[in-house]
Amino acid sequence: MADEKKLFKVTIDNITVDVEPGTTILQAARKIGGDVTPPAMCYYSKLKDSGGKCRTCLVEVAQGSTADPRPMPKLVASCRTNVMDGMVVKNITSERVIDARNGVVEFLLINHPLDCPICDQAGECHLQDLSYENGKSASRYEFKKRTFDKHDLGPYIQLHMTRCILCYRCVYVADQVSGERRHGILNRGDHAEIATYIEKSLDNDFIGNVIDVCPVGALTDKTFRFKNRVWFTKPVDAHCNCDKCSGEVQLWMRGDEVLRVTARKDEWGEVKDTTKGEPGWICNTCRFERKKVSDWVIEGPSQVNRHSVISQGHYTGLVKPKETIQKVTGRDPKLLLNIKDVTEVNQVELSELKGPATSQVFKQLKKEN
Amino acid sequence: MGRKLLLEKAHVEGIRHYDVYRREGGYRSVEKALKTMSPDQVTEEVKKSGLRGRGGAGFPAGMKWSFLAKPEGVPRYLVVNADESEPGTFKDRYLMEFIPHLLIEGMICASYALGSNRSYIYIRGEYWWVKEILEQAIQEARNAGMLGKNILGSGFDCDIFVHPGAGAYICGEETALLESLEGKRGNPRLKPPFPAVKGLWGCPTVVNNVETISAVVPIVNDGGDEYAKLGTGKSTGTKLISACGNINKPGVYEIEMNISVEEFIYSDEYCGGIANGKRLKACIPGGSSVPILPANLLLKTAKGDARMMTYESLSDGGFATGTMMGSGGFIVMDEDQCVVKHTYTLARFYRHESCGQCSPCREGTGWMEKILLNIENGKGKMSDIDLLWDIQRKIEGNTICPLGDAAAWPVAAAIRHFRDEFEWHVTNPSDALSRNYGLANYAKPLEVVTTA
Repeated sequence: MADEKKLFKVTIDNITVDVEPGTTILQAARKIGGDVTPPAMCYYSKLKDSGGKCRTCLVEVAQGSTADPRPMPKLVASCRTNVMDGMVVKNITSERVIDARNGVVEFLLINHPLDCPICDQAGECHLQDLSYENGKSASRYEFKKRTFDKHDLGPYIQLHMTRCILCYRCVYVADQVSGERRHGILNRGDHAEIATYIEKSLDNDFIGNVIDVCPVGALTDKTFRFKNRVWFTKPVDAHCNCDKCSGEVQLWMRGDEVLRVTARKDEWGEVKDTTKGEPGWICNTCRFERKKVSDWVIEGPSQVNRHSVISQGHYTGLVKPKETIQKVTGRDPKLLLNIKDVTEVNQVELSELKGPATSQVFKQLKKEN
Repeated sequence: MGRKLLLEKAHVEGIRHYDVYRREGGYRSVEKALKTMSPDQVTEEVKKSGLRGRGGAGFPAGMKWSFLAKPEGVPRYLVVNADESEPGTFKDRYLMEFIPHLLIEGMICASYALGSNRSYIYIRGEYWWVKEILEQAIQEARNAGMLGKNILGSGFDCDIFVHPGAGAYICGEETALLESLEGKRGNPRLKPPFPAVKGLWGCPTVVNNVETISAVVPIVNDGGDEYAKLGTGKSTGTKLISACGNINKPGVYEIEMNISVEEFIYSDEYCGGIANGKRLKACIPGGSSVPILPANLLLKTAKGDARMMTYESLSDGGFATGTMMGSGGFIVMDEDQCVVKHTYTLARFYRHESCGQCSPCREGTGWMEKILLNIENGKGKMSDIDLLWDIQRKIEGNTICPLGDAAAWPVAAAIRHFRDEFEWHVTNPSDALSRNYGLANYAKPLEVVTTA
């Protein structure tokens, strides 16, 4: 048929794939999957105009197309370069690419605080993954790291500007998803920062999605702050009837507590489409307010990539052992040794805390009890 | 004495005003173009002239114009880049300040050739008084019927607007300039699409330097072939050079591109030699971002020929032994200048002016500045020099816009040609704080490698 779209053949690291015209190199590589997919820190397929900034997805184009087989002189950002028919791309098979990518990772890390042990993003941080793949164990940077004045973005969203890699994703989310942007990039160069200029809290029904798109720990959930490491929590798919969004979310549970609610994410860390086929952005009410199991209809454990640290506490087909102790003693085993009887910390159900779980909160609770 | 095309009338009294400019033969090209030529003929003349972009990259202007997409029913724009922020370059200011009508005349011809009914001058914010001069000149031209509806009865409408920037070097990059003109943050866009296809407000746009557009006037007046007779090879016509640094006569000179660098520096007609009887140590011939050259390589190419003030000759030998014409900001340094300090100053500039979009440029420029400051202050290590080299290598070519390259090249060239001065700073930290390295052997003639 004449109006049938011709597919473009593109070869990435010697693997050939057919894609539709207008596909970017990165999307074609994602179609292949695995190691040939360049990492992407700033590109987000669901956000228009995103990408091209972080330079981690640079690839070498060894052959422009069948019609014009000249190679491209510079490395190109695969997230914003469209494929041509017969294009030959080198990603991990090119030394130039690996060298440039290692350089970019070094640049991204020189001013990064490397405070992973106290960062809530640790375990699901793209910069951690990237540094693991392309980073060095030591830094050549011998100067003081860059710091910023603290900036309060309101009761729900915590900003850590020192961790930011200026991917602009949160700016695009505010523009394209929430429809109202109150924050942006101030200043330029290495003193550029995400801020609201006049201190203003971000309150918009969909602004919580900036947390999901942030590839690093710069924007995190205040209601989850310091409550748990993500790899100790269990991700569970759930839904509710929400009048603002699809209500299709992922609950991050520990025991029977819902510690955090996020949108469902695909294998590239991007928000999944809902069952209706729309991008699965979720509203602030679902994300920050519904922290009881009874608020949700639980569908089952989420699929977690087995290479992810989060999968360490994740078992499918789990059978709960029979409570033999109760049968024998006639008492609840919890009463034998309740952790809360022997320690002064964790006297509180974490999910009931509205804000961050900080030492002040515990001190306050201790006084009240 | 070389022929002058742009600055010939610059010092006629009152040339800033329409009446005098017109009496001196101004706006002849507008009459000629609009009354006797088709837009394509004007483009053809510019192509024939071999005029190369004067903003720095040296891309043929006629070629750029012919790339302009011309879809039906979509407006096209001409934007003049007057965001002249390159350290060492001040030729556009001179041109706009003294003879503003030349730019406007060139813009009308270019707008006619490109079919732009609304043309913009994006001027850097620091040139606020030049903006006033331009706006006054535009108003005079409008009153005289050279701008507005139906110019000279030809049916062509055109108006010109001046838009000031807010003090960002990056807005001189054409796509960042367009973003800024649209009222957004001046971040460079990814290319492709190029402005010729999707520029200002998504419409086809040509962005040209002030001097390029001004050069359209003599091209239309005398014809492209006549213009191409000036200069040498592919460097046709005349070029404005803003000479500064340790020379006797700093200023803006219009040169025909057929003189040697040596003649330009030492002849009384131009720079008049090095000030205070000192000796030449180094020179940056094209504005701060092009590679610096030591005296011996500046005056003679690696092959031993005299280096000429042309695009080709200045870039002879690539970056290993050559440099670039750039925007014509000719910075001369005498024997008492410290290359390390100078490189640090430039690195500080680029760190301050990086837009912060791409990680290599945002983080790398700050890192280079800190290392250079350490070396300059006698706190450097030998390994820092190699580290600097590695950093610049990882910035260059890996960014969206050329600012990354512009930040990397001066550092690379300084290390390439002046490595012993860097090493002297490391090995003699106390000397480095109290005195200069001096001329050393930077002016000694190089051995010419002859291949049999």
